[in-house]
Amino acid sequence: MATITLDNVHKKFGDTEVIHGVSIEIAEGEFIVIVGPSGCGKSTLLRMVAGLETVTAGEVRIAGARVNETEPMDRDIAMVFQNYALYPHMSVFDNMAYGLKIARVPQPEIRDRVAAAAEMLQLEAFLNRKPRELSGGQRQRVAMGRAIVRKPKAFLFDEPLSNLDAKLRVQMRLEIKDLQKELGITSLYVTHDQVEAMTLADRMIVMNEGVAEQVGRPLDVYSNPGTEFVAGFIGSPATNFLSAEAVGESGRGAAKLGIRPEHARLCKPESGFVRGRMTYAEALGAETLLHLRLPDGALFTLRQDGGGSIPHEGDDCGIIWEERNQLLFLPDGGRL
Amino acid sequence: MDKRVTFRGWLLPAALVLPQLAVTAVFFFYPAGQAVWQSLFIPDPFGLKSQFVGTGNFEFLLNDPFYRASFVTTAVFSSLVTLVSMGVALWLAVLADRLIKSSGTYRTLLIWPYAVAPAVAGVLWLFMFSTRVGLVAWYLGLLGYEWNHVLNGEEAMALVVIASSWGRISYNFLFFLAGLQAIPRSVIEAAAIDGARFWKRFWTIVFPLLSPTTFFLLVVNVVYAFFETFGVIHTITSGGPQQATTILVYKVYADGFVGQDQGSSAAQSVILLVVVGLLTIIQFKYIERKVHY
Repeated sequence: MATITLDNVHKKFGDTEVIHGVSIEIAEGEFIVIVGPSGCGKSTLLRMVAGLETVTAGEVRIAGARVNETEPMDRDIAMVFQNYALYPHMSVFDNMAYGLKIARVPQPEIRDRVAAAAEMLQLEAFLNRKPRELSGGQRQRVAMGRAIVRKPKAFLFDEPLSNLDAKLRVQMRLEIKDLQKELGITSLYVTHDQVEAMTLADRMIVMNEGVAEQVGRPLDVYSNPGTEFVAGFIGSPATNFLSAEAVGESGRGAAKLGIRPEHARLCKPESGFVRGRMTYAEALGAETLLHLRLPDGALFTLRQDGGGSIPHEGDDCGIIWEERNQLLFLPDGGRL
Repeated sequence: MDKRVTFRGWLLPAALVLPQLAVTAVFFFYPAGQAVWQSLFIPDPFGLKSQFVGTGNFEFLLNDPFYRASFVTTAVFSSLVTLVSMGVALWLAVLADRLIKSSGTYRTLLIWPYAVAPAVAGVLWLFMFSTRVGLVAWYLGLLGYEWNHVLNGEEAMALVVIASSWGRISYNFLFFLAGLQAIPRSVIEAAAIDGARFWKRFWTIVFPLLSPTTFFLLVVNVVYAFFETFGVIHTITSGGPQQATTILVYKVYADGFVGQDQGSSAAQSVILLVVVGLLTIIQFKYIERKVHY
């Protein structure tokens, strides 16, 4: 267990800068999720903490000590890769024991530690199998097992669930959260899936084009997004954006107004802030997503309870929301 | 969808496989059959008639100390050629794999020797090590080492091993490099994070994952050392001195075409055929088990 500090970290590949100075202090045992669209630099950031990429400028500290020049093997961290990166020629046992053997842990202790991890991950029955004889979920567990047997200072996860099917992903998500809580090891977790970010993180870093747009607790980020990008990226279905002018809010310099689907309601056409024509409805049972076409051609998504009445296709409706829920953004994307 | 083509009659498919069958028959089955047939006879000195001797040629060969010595020479020679050409190639491939800049140039330069025919390679090396005009021999002389592969059997062996391995290194290098690049980066990175340093990673992860390539090259190189090195031996040592570099395939030629003992020569080719066949079977049976695909 250790703290991890990123201090104004930059990364350049040749002349292109891909990380433009990211800073965060991660407390001991904290679970941090780095979330962002593909190509935003989140994996690069993680790989810099792992020591797989060099740091162009700034400082990475693990447990207070600068590790910029430290080789990955000397950082005492464990990493779970997206494609699992299991050693294909070794049994599950050997995969998990590899790091311990290199660290010259005595044989009986290796056996105990692997057995304990295998029990925790329900892998006891597979210890003698090769990775290719396992399912995706089991391979993922082996990768986790390989990380936890070493009792490292920190876990690094690089999109560990993206290769699993939807059901397994939900299950593994809970297992990862459980394990991390139980072991209390500082974790850095990269994902493009904002649901994973919301459910796993103690705090999350929302990244966009090499910049940490916002750092904060998931619900704080959700309810109080710092930028237009964050408001659009976090939350599903996504926040609706309207031009501030159209709603008469441009007075204070706002360019856009964001309103989350669950904060909008339908009303009579003449009493709404904007009008929309009902285009189609997705009834999901517990909730219904209504998609309306605005006069300027944009789509507006509105979420209501499954019990609510659904307008007919082509009906004109008004859309209304409480003013405290509207998010105003400046022309440069910053929050007003 | 079934991608196999189905023919209605047998005429067209037969016509399609015929060329390949004809080539195999004319250039492989016919000579091999001839060799087996000839190995049962001893022709008279003028080649006018030959006498059936059954297994006589084989019995004579197996009791011939020169032939037995040739077996040992071949074993030493082919082991050394395989070891040197694969070892050096693997070393170079590992270095090339770590290279980021100008790896293309490096690779191209390393592939060139493969384009040189064995006989030409033999002549090149002969020049360099020639006792009278050779550059390397002269420098060795300056260092106080008197190089003379014409008289010294071990030096002759060393020279033919070097000359035979040289061109082969390029070929092996290509395969090793491709094999190395096929290993997922993340597996290597995972091992690094698990604490393994370069050589530890190499022996515990990279080398085992490279084993299909290594196995393939082993089989191919052993066959190469047995047969295709004829040109090198012929140009550099002609099997000498005192038969120190007479490998089996060279003896086939020397006894048959120089010594005109065609019965014995034929018997030797048959034995060679059987030996290489057995070696290949052994490799597949015992070594392939250790290969991780």
